[in-house]
Order: sequence, then C-alpha cells, then structure tokens
Amino acid sequence: MNDESLWTIFIGSSLINNFVLAYFLGLCPFLGVSGRLTTALRMGLAVTLVMLVASACAYGLRALLEAVNAPYLNLISLIAVIASTVQLLEMAVRKFSPALFRALGIFLPLITTNCAILAVALFQTSRGYGLLQSLVFALGAGVGFTLALVLMAGLRERLALNQTPDVVKGAALTLLLAGILSLCFMGFSGLGG
Amino acid sequence: MSVTETSGEPAPLSTDEFVNGLWKQNPVFVQALGMCSVLAVSNTAINALAMGLATMTVLVLSNLAVSLLRNQIPREVRIVTYILIIASLVTIIDRLIQAISIDLHRALGAFISLIVVNCIILGRAEGFASTNGPWRSLCDALGMGLGFVLALFCLGAVRELVGSGSLFGIQLLGERYQGWTVMLLPPGGFFVLAGWLILFRFLGSRFAAPFSRRRGAT
Repeated sequence: MNDESLWTIFIGSSLINNFVLAYFLGLCPFLGVSGRLTTALRMGLAVTLVMLVASACAYGLRALLEAVNAPYLNLISLIAVIASTVQLLEMAVRKFSPALFRALGIFLPLITTNCAILAVALFQTSRGYGLLQSLVFALGAGVGFTLALVLMAGLRERLALNQTPDVVKGAALTLLLAGILSLCFMGFSGLGG
Repeated sequence: MSVTETSGEPAPLSTDEFVNGLWKQNPVFVQALGMCSVLAVSNTAINALAMGLATMTVLVLSNLAVSLLRNQIPREVRIVTYILIIASLVTIIDRLIQAISIDLHRALGAFISLIVVNCIILGRAEGFASTNGPWRSLCDALGMGLGFVLALFCLGAVRELVGSGSLFGIQLLGERYQGWTVMLLPPGGFFVLAGWLILFRFLGSRFAAPFSRRRGAT
C-alpha cells in the first residue's frame, strides 16, 4: 500500500506529471479537439468524469482478480470494463441529464479509446493506491488534462488569426505549442517535493 | 501509383500497400496517429526501436487475426471484438518482453500495455483488415508497422544524439559534448516530432510543387 498524502497525489497528477504534457497521454484528443475553447472544456469534463468512474472500477477489478489469482487477465478485463462503463455512463447521462448529454455529444463514446483513461487505471494499480487515493489521482489527472486542453485551445484560437508559414500549419504548429507548454509545466516540478 | 484508389478500381499489388504504409501514408509523420507511445518512449534509440517492434508485432498479428475472422464477427460488436483481440495479443507481448529483458520492460513501463489503445492498430483493423483478405492485410500491417518503427527510430535517434551525444548507448560526439538535456525530457519530444513533421511537409510540398505548377500552366 502506498502512503502518499492525497494533496501530493493531486498536485502530482494534475501539474507536475501532467498526463498530456509530461506523460504524452491522450494526445489524440489533445491535437484533435483543442481548436475551440468551448469544445475543449466539454471534452475535458467528459474525460474527467470517465476517469473517475474507470478508476473506481479498476480498483474493484484488481481486488477481484487478486482474489481469483489471475493477474494476467488485468489488461483484457480493464479494457472491457472501461468500454462497457463508458457505454453505461452514456446511457445514464442521457437519462438523467439531457443537457449535459447534448453538451458532451460525440466525445463521450470516443473516450473509450483514449489512452489517458487506461493509463489512470494502470498507473494506480502499479503504484498500489488505495480507493480514495485512486479517486484523487483520477481527479487530478482529469483536471490536468482539462487544464492542458483549455490552455492549448486558447493559444490556438489566438494563433488562428495570425499568419503562419504554410509548412508549419496543422499538427506541427500544435506540437510546437505543446512543447512550449510542456516547458512551462516543467516549472511546477519543484512543487510538493 | 498513378491509379487513384477507390473501391471500384481493381485491387493494387500488395507491394503498393507495403510502400504506402512505409512512406506515403506513414502513420506518424503523415497521418499523425499513435502519438502517445511515439513521444513517451522515444528518449533513447533502443527504447524507441523496442517499442516500435512491439507495436509492429501486435499490428501484424491483429491485422491477420481480424482479417481471418472478418466473416465471423457480427458487425454490431466488431469494435469490442477487435479490442479484445488486440488486448490478448498485447498481454502476450508484454509477458514476452518481460521474459526477454526485465530492464527493457522497466524502461517501457506501462506503455507496453498502452499499445492496446494505440489508434493505429484499431484504425488498421477497422479500416483495412475488416474488408480485405489475410495476405493484403498482412502486407498493409507490415508496411504500416515498419513506417511506425521508422518514425519512432528517427525520433529516438535524434533525441538521444542531441540529448546525450550518443546512439544506442555509444558515445558519438566525444566526451566533451554537453548534453542538451531538455531533448530527453518531455518538451524535447514535442519539438523533435514537430521538426520531423515540418521536414516531411516541406519535402512533400517540394516534390509535389513542380507537378501542380505544370498543371496550373496548361
């Protein structure tokens, strides 16, 4: 069992080891939907929600697999559980909050193949977090993801109005920006020890 | 390849698929897919190569399996089936790497497991193997896989060379070379990949330009 404090875990997963800018996880949505500020915010919200649910599921699943002594099934069952959780969550959100469902739109089903979600589940298992620690870790990861996405969307909205050379347009420009953002986030590495 | 590839055209040769994945449709440099693992483990050339080969193996096997099973899998549950096939293959590869080199396994960490959610693999399964025969799917996977290995290697080699002055752990730039440490850290990954993308785009526009100019003149 890991005995890091909750605050350290939160700061660690959201700022110091930001999932997008330090671990390069969830880059596809990061490059894909960071064009506009509102969609970026919604995507971040959806990812955070799914991360929290997936994290709780992964914790239960690990206990179950250890009980039946089959750790090699970890990956297969995790991906199946995440895929079905996303499906269930989609139905639940549609039933209980149509407004939120409309806001999230296509992003909810797409999240299944987002590597950040699976990574949250894998990292919390390998680090041996407890249930509460896992949830805080997932929340931090989600907040960090949203932060990176929103910052990037803001930058790209400004850049869209500027003149850039033709060869740089598109993914390359976004990657350059991400590199600079990543440099900025390295400044956080002193926080929390 | 002068013939435009549409579904109605006769099937092109399998070498075309191979070259297509390697260069014209290079998954990383041209299609910008599978970025996560590309950036995360490309800080040294050897890590990049190992990760590339692992991904390529999974890609080849999954494409083959999906192509062989394509008539048995019901359409409604195909994505889930693909993901389960891929996850089983990745588990095997993960155990295999653990058996071969525990150091390598530690260096690559959770990113081996994360091959499951690599968009390239699911993308090829859905986009190519689900509608094509085993042989063509195999060629396609080999081309795409080698393209991926090539891209990872380009990235890893540059990062290691600039970051610590060595290649595959062998000092190349002399003892007095001051390593550019930022290249080994996350920002360096973004910058080097951006550099390669720009280079590819530049070369592409350079070679395409004479044709379009000629077409514009007539």
